[in-house]
Amino acid sequence: MLKYIGVKSIDELYSDIPEELLIDEGRWASLNIGFGRPLDEPEVHALVKELLSKNVTSKVPPFMGGGLWPHYVPAAVTEIVRRGEFLTAYTPYQAEISQGLLQALFEYQSMMADLLDMDVVNSSMYDWPSALGEAALMSVRIKGVKRVLVPETINPFHLRVLETYTRPQGIAVDKYKVDLSTGYADLEDLKAKAGQGASSVYLEYPYTFTGVVDVNARAIGEVAHDSKALYIVGVNPLALGLYKPPGELGADIAVGEGQPLGLGLYYGGSTLGILAVGWSSELVRQMPGRIIGLTTTKDGASRAFTMILQTREQHIRRSKATSNITTNAALNAIAAAVYLALLGPKGLKELAESIWYRSHYAALRLREAGFKAPALSGEFFEDLIVETPVSYEGLFRRLAAEGLYAGIPLAKYANWAKDSWGLLSFSELHTKEHIDILINSMKEVN
Amino acid sequence: MTFRQAAWDEPLIYELSEGRRGLTFNGMNRRFKEILGDVRVPEELRRSSEPQLPELSEVEVVRHFTRLSESSYGVDNGPVPLGSCTMKYNPKEALRVAFDESLQLLHPLIPDEYVQGLLEALYRLQEWLASITGMDICTLAPAAGAQGEFSGVAIIHRYHELKGQRQLKTEIIVPDSAHGTNPASAAMGGFKVVEIPTAEDGNMDYEAFRAALSERTAGLMLTNPSTLGLFEQHIFDIAKDVHSVDGLLYYDGANLNGILGRARPGDMGFDIAHLNIHKTFSSPHGGGGPGAGPVCVKDRPVKDGITLRDLLPGPIIVYDEGSKLYRVSWPGSNSAGLIRFGIGNVPQLLWAFVYIASLGPQGLREVGEVSVINTNYFIARLLRETKGYSVPYGPERPRKHEAVISAEPLLNETGISAEDVAKALLDRGFYAPTIYFPLIVKEALMVELTESETKENIDRYVDALKEIEEMARRDPDLLRRAPTNTSVGRVDTVKANHPRFVTPTYRVARLRQQGKQLILR
Repeated sequence: MLKYIGVKSIDELYSDIPEELLIDEGRWASLNIGFGRPLDEPEVHALVKELLSKNVTSKVPPFMGGGLWPHYVPAAVTEIVRRGEFLTAYTPYQAEISQGLLQALFEYQSMMADLLDMDVVNSSMYDWPSALGEAALMSVRIKGVKRVLVPETINPFHLRVLETYTRPQGIAVDKYKVDLSTGYADLEDLKAKAGQGASSVYLEYPYTFTGVVDVNARAIGEVAHDSKALYIVGVNPLALGLYKPPGELGADIAVGEGQPLGLGLYYGGSTLGILAVGWSSELVRQMPGRIIGLTTTKDGASRAFTMILQTREQHIRRSKATSNITTNAALNAIAAAVYLALLGPKGLKELAESIWYRSHYAALRLREAGFKAPALSGEFFEDLIVETPVSYEGLFRRLAAEGLYAGIPLAKYANWAKDSWGLLSFSELHTKEHIDILINSMKEVN
Repeated sequence: MTFRQAAWDEPLIYELSEGRRGLTFNGMNRRFKEILGDVRVPEELRRSSEPQLPELSEVEVVRHFTRLSESSYGVDNGPVPLGSCTMKYNPKEALRVAFDESLQLLHPLIPDEYVQGLLEALYRLQEWLASITGMDICTLAPAAGAQGEFSGVAIIHRYHELKGQRQLKTEIIVPDSAHGTNPASAAMGGFKVVEIPTAEDGNMDYEAFRAALSERTAGLMLTNPSTLGLFEQHIFDIAKDVHSVDGLLYYDGANLNGILGRARPGDMGFDIAHLNIHKTFSSPHGGGGPGAGPVCVKDRPVKDGITLRDLLPGPIIVYDEGSKLYRVSWPGSNSAGLIRFGIGNVPQLLWAFVYIASLGPQGLREVGEVSVINTNYFIARLLRETKGYSVPYGPERPRKHEAVISAEPLLNETGISAEDVAKALLDRGFYAPTIYFPLIVKEALMVELTESETKENIDRYVDALKEIEEMARRDPDLLRRAPTNTSVGRVDTVKANHPRFVTPTYRVARLRQQGKQLILR
């Protein structure tokens, strides 16, 4: 091939690179790259397996949630997303050869729209916090006020990401108060702050770091709209099997985390950002991310799918684009689509009930064991705060040493949380016995 | 070899719904119900009606999505020589271990001492990426190249903010050959974008760049090799100039494959660099994502003992000699913030770990070399054997990982456009090149073969382009009807975007059927 190209050596193909930049073979081989030599497949396999075996998995499924949750990953979901035609495909810019991929993503958008009770869903963002960041930027583009309001008890990691997205543009992120006895938003405080002007008011639903489902969820939206702000609702999609979806709450923009929908935790590394809006030209035109749409072939003979409204995107609009996003979480969106299709409406409701039963059974047993649970009296779903007589971090560490991951010591991450508060999370993975083990162990180390 | 894609005419999953169930999670609910009674949700919070989701059995769901996959096309099916996307083979061993089941229940807030194995792997990866790029320290957190770019822009913002000069530093310079994400990222960071034209030789127009450079320059974003596949020859002067006005240089790592093992951004004067794990380091594109976009910096001083590593908006993994433990160090108050909840897209990062470990330094260098040989062999054959395609900008210069060819001669002679060529390639079992990008090349066909394609496949690809050229002269109408071997023929994108037709969800179609006027203005 070199001869055909007309060069004597490979080096000639790098001849336009300044000589002082070129790295010779010996120097390159001496750098800290891999293990200094190629490893064959059995070697690599054994190496990674050995490394992963050093992780300490708990003897019962972890009780840690707070925005990323342990849930079952159905076998059918795993098998579908490992099909090479999906796994190794590029973004479906060439629609004719990518119809299946496009349809799968369209079906994700559609099922998510029905779950959220919203009209338009994009084909994915990276994760919940980045979807929130983009939703906030979107609200400022539409409303023009460089201020957004978030609840005091917002997930502290989401808050930091939101600030990262908004700070370079000089957008203020201000908090409205939450009553820490119930966990519900302080509507009077919100009214006062929204009255001073804001592009959007955000609600976490349920709050990921308290577990509370705010009964004021509709009223918060009304306050937002009275103040000419957009209403952004962030969701754990599994809660929507039981609780009112963002559409019913009056949300203009819905965001959330699709990770519970069959993706697994992967140390927080397997996520799916949800972003949806109601049918409003202004909102749709300002949406970030790819959207797949239904159409037909040019000859009108058959139904077809293609990427739509691309003039919003970076590859066409460059610095005027609604976002820089390009690579997203498409394969995870397909996983979520398979998951939702397997469950259907009834399965989803039953799953939400399964979660509700476990968290409420745990609260009952925790109270019987002498703990305050839930520490905030409001409605709760998957997560709940338990108050212990001791520092929760100490208790958590002692239980972790016994192979039990007993939730999240809240005060370590959230400045509004008491030192004695732990956030416990329950899912369909937990049996009654698992929950009993947790509470008995908590009693013992307490 | 002929190509025929499955054409199932598969209904929407909603249309297959027959009130069946694929999965239940209620095995133990009865036991809980005996203790707690019925589930109680306050009226004001209770969902008023079930979501209108489809209802199918597991086998129906599996067949539906299997058929959809059969109407899709990835690297496992055949060549995907898409420019700037580095669609290389995604090794199967990496797939197996990256999605190891033991990771499914690993929560990101589990204390470090219980995730030592994973942290060790990711720590090593972090170090390897620093060596490969010639940078000092990396965060693995960004979820994709664009989020890496945004992280970089946030670092540039924070750098000038800490130095009390953000008011002055309002502009970021980007060449006009850049990916759209560069200007879009700069704009997200609140910067004005200054675009520099490309000179005839394919380098950024150095005089225009000098003229644009000023005390307002906050930084420069550069892809090197560029989207034309050409190495930026003025890079040393450019770096010196940007630094002379206290700007930072950002390296877009999308095209790292072109210089892998031969040259490093850290040696060129770049301060910040992102990498695309799903391009250079073989994790799959997944039909659009997830990928991973680690960001690395040179640890140069900012002020008062603060250095660039303190500005990284994601955690870094450190090895603590005292406790002999790997630890996650979260960004502090001087940082540009935090970019995600967690350490990064873990499966994709493990994929890169497996890839680099498997190849070693020698193998990685060979990856770069073979991708460059493949590109130049392709161009040599194409230019020698066709007349319809040209290679604008420094045609005599060797390309690196990719080449941008122009179908303008063919269009002028026959009326066949780059898009027609792309669709005709689909019919021949090749995924089409990136078309109409970069914007500075007319009728652009951007081709990146990567090291994964064999000489035989490159020959077949050139033969296909030749055959298309001949057909353009002989029977252009036949080409305009392409593709015919794919699941469907040409798709009506005008209708797809029509204000009265635009249909992003089944729900919108349903509402229209019910007589609702949904128009997008």
